[in-house]
Amino acid sequence: MTLTGNQLPPPRRLRPWSGLERRLRDVGISGRTLVIAAPAIWLTVFFLVPLFVVFGISLATKQFGRPPYSPLLTTEGGTVQLTLHLSNYLKLFTDPLYVAAYLSSIRIALIATVITLFIGYPMAYAIARAPDKWRNILLMLVILPFWTSFLLRVYALSGFMRGNGVINQILAVFGIEPLVMMQTNFAVYVGIVYTYLPFMILPLYTTLVKLDTSLLEASADLGSRPWQTFLSVTLPLSLPGIIAGSMLVFIPAIGEFVIPSLLGGPETLMIGRVLWDEFFGATNWPRAAAVAVAMLVVVVIPILLLQKAQDAVVEKGK
Amino acid sequence: MAKKPQLAIDTRPWRDPSAKPFVRIRNVSKKFGDVSAVHEVSLDIYKSELFCLLGGSGSGKSTLLRMLAGFEQPTSGTIEIDGQDMTAVPPYQRPVNMMFQSYALFPHMNVEQNIAYGLKRDNMPRSEIGDRVAELLSLVKLQDYGKRKPNQLSGGQRQRVALARSLAKRPKLLLLDEPLGALDKKLREETQFELVKIQESLGVTFIVVTHDQEEAMTLATRIGVMNQGEIAMIGEPHDIYEFPNSRFVASFIGSANMVEGIVTEDEPDHVRIRSPELGCDIYVGHGVDCAPDQILWWAIRPEKMALSREKPETLNGANVTKGVVEDIGYLGDMSVYQLLLDSGKRIRVSQTNTARGNPDAITWEEQVYVTWGDSSGSVLTV
Repeated sequence: MTLTGNQLPPPRRLRPWSGLERRLRDVGISGRTLVIAAPAIWLTVFFLVPLFVVFGISLATKQFGRPPYSPLLTTEGGTVQLTLHLSNYLKLFTDPLYVAAYLSSIRIALIATVITLFIGYPMAYAIARAPDKWRNILLMLVILPFWTSFLLRVYALSGFMRGNGVINQILAVFGIEPLVMMQTNFAVYVGIVYTYLPFMILPLYTTLVKLDTSLLEASADLGSRPWQTFLSVTLPLSLPGIIAGSMLVFIPAIGEFVIPSLLGGPETLMIGRVLWDEFFGATNWPRAAAVAVAMLVVVVIPILLLQKAQDAVVEKGK
Repeated sequence: MAKKPQLAIDTRPWRDPSAKPFVRIRNVSKKFGDVSAVHEVSLDIYKSELFCLLGGSGSGKSTLLRMLAGFEQPTSGTIEIDGQDMTAVPPYQRPVNMMFQSYALFPHMNVEQNIAYGLKRDNMPRSEIGDRVAELLSLVKLQDYGKRKPNQLSGGQRQRVALARSLAKRPKLLLLDEPLGALDKKLREETQFELVKIQESLGVTFIVVTHDQEEAMTLATRIGVMNQGEIAMIGEPHDIYEFPNSRFVASFIGSANMVEGIVTEDEPDHVRIRSPELGCDIYVGHGVDCAPDQILWWAIRPEKMALSREKPETLNGANVTKGVVEDIGYLGDMSVYQLLLDSGKRIRVSQTNTARGNPDAITWEEQVYVTWGDSSGSVLTV
């Protein structure tokens, strides 16, 4: 070899897009910008713009015609007039129906989240501690219900809880009076807990499976009984999973529409149903839009609070 | 740095048949499925000892330690600590604490909370806990680090927190699983010294598991060498090194040249072994439990042999052989010579570099004679 390192020709790289890349760089666009821009554009077009449209509608009033709401901008005699109606929002505070619906939604979502947590935690713990060969099968079983339609699963539940459903038929064999389960809040809790359980189990599982078993042994070694170890080591170290799981259940549960309308009864007051009724029943798009925007605020606040709590926990754990 | 015997040699408890052991392990076996991790181990450990369990990975040393802590149940056999049968006692009720190899510090608690953890379980009054924690922090020289989280500490500091936490409840017996394994060499040497000092000042019985023979030699009052789930040898460090009881121990501890030979003379005061492998006869100046014509092994440490250019005076032609220097490893304080003997066997001989820059030192490709004393090697029958 007579060639030294310096004389070796530079490796030829096949980059057919290099011309385009150079031209883009000339106007100040790098590959990194493009990668970030793609989801940003997607979110802007399909999330942010519609959100503003909804917000805009919420500031209009109901009127007959198509679309069924008043325009925000009107031109009359050469002047452009912006008309913003705050009446829809005022109505939300003054009409007790809405306040009650929000509070009831939060309460139902909260109770359902707590129940889901109490059922999901032991399951996640058991999966995380199961032998390796079982773990993936058990996780698979948790995810399996997602393979059937959500609607179908909720219908199936009503088949169980109906007046002449599976449960009552079994009870009848033992001579027990049929229970009223359908069209009650109980059925709504069952529905929410059942459908959202995987969202609780998966984040809990990921934190629990990472938990170093030598910490549990160290705790036992220092004199802690198993339940003391659970309270002082396992539980605090799985807090990020508890928060993540609770968020994933609580937030969609607040706005849940299908479960309360299929399983709930007249006593079940949830904001998702109110929204549906405004939109399709009363054809009051501006009111429905205001309900939606207010719901967003109601949902965003717990997200921010929980996010903050989670950050604090993660920070503390470091 | 080895723990200085506090008692006269003849009263060391393990040399006194009437002494009562503090930890008594009797015929303990542990099987995981079909795999036998620990097999029929019996072991006595005395109060204030610093006992090292030494072995390679998979030798069963950690399993034995975990059984002492109570994390594993023996498949058969009994474990007694301070006269009480501990075999079925759960870990949280044993008068034993453990320092984990990974330290297992609670990441969500600061240093003080970690150390106080076990004390809180004992319902010790708050003020007393504070005093004890402060005392332990100064013992491990971490007074200013009480409020830090484990992830804000260096490896050496974490190791000391783990030690302080395991000592907090003043256990009768402290188990240490590779206590220095995660530290770098320099820090390890310093910490070894501290560990011995702490052990001496507190008088706690330590059982240390390690795969590092240097560490075991430095720390231990006695060493138990483990091999494939069984105890291969128990003894004081110099016994293990100088008088290994088997080929395994001789080759596992330090380096040894091992050759096969056949007994040609078996007298009460000496033994003569003919070793074609070594290319000479071996004269052993003491009686050995063997029979004429028995095939056995003879092991010698590299530093127990001497090199010379001229043929040295020898006892009736034994204990000298000849070879060519194949390789020299210069280690500073000494050099290790690899010789190719005329018989085709390779051996290692180490010589202290007493003279500085010796121009007359034995060098590559030289023909040299190797010789040794009549009690320098060990005759091994197993």
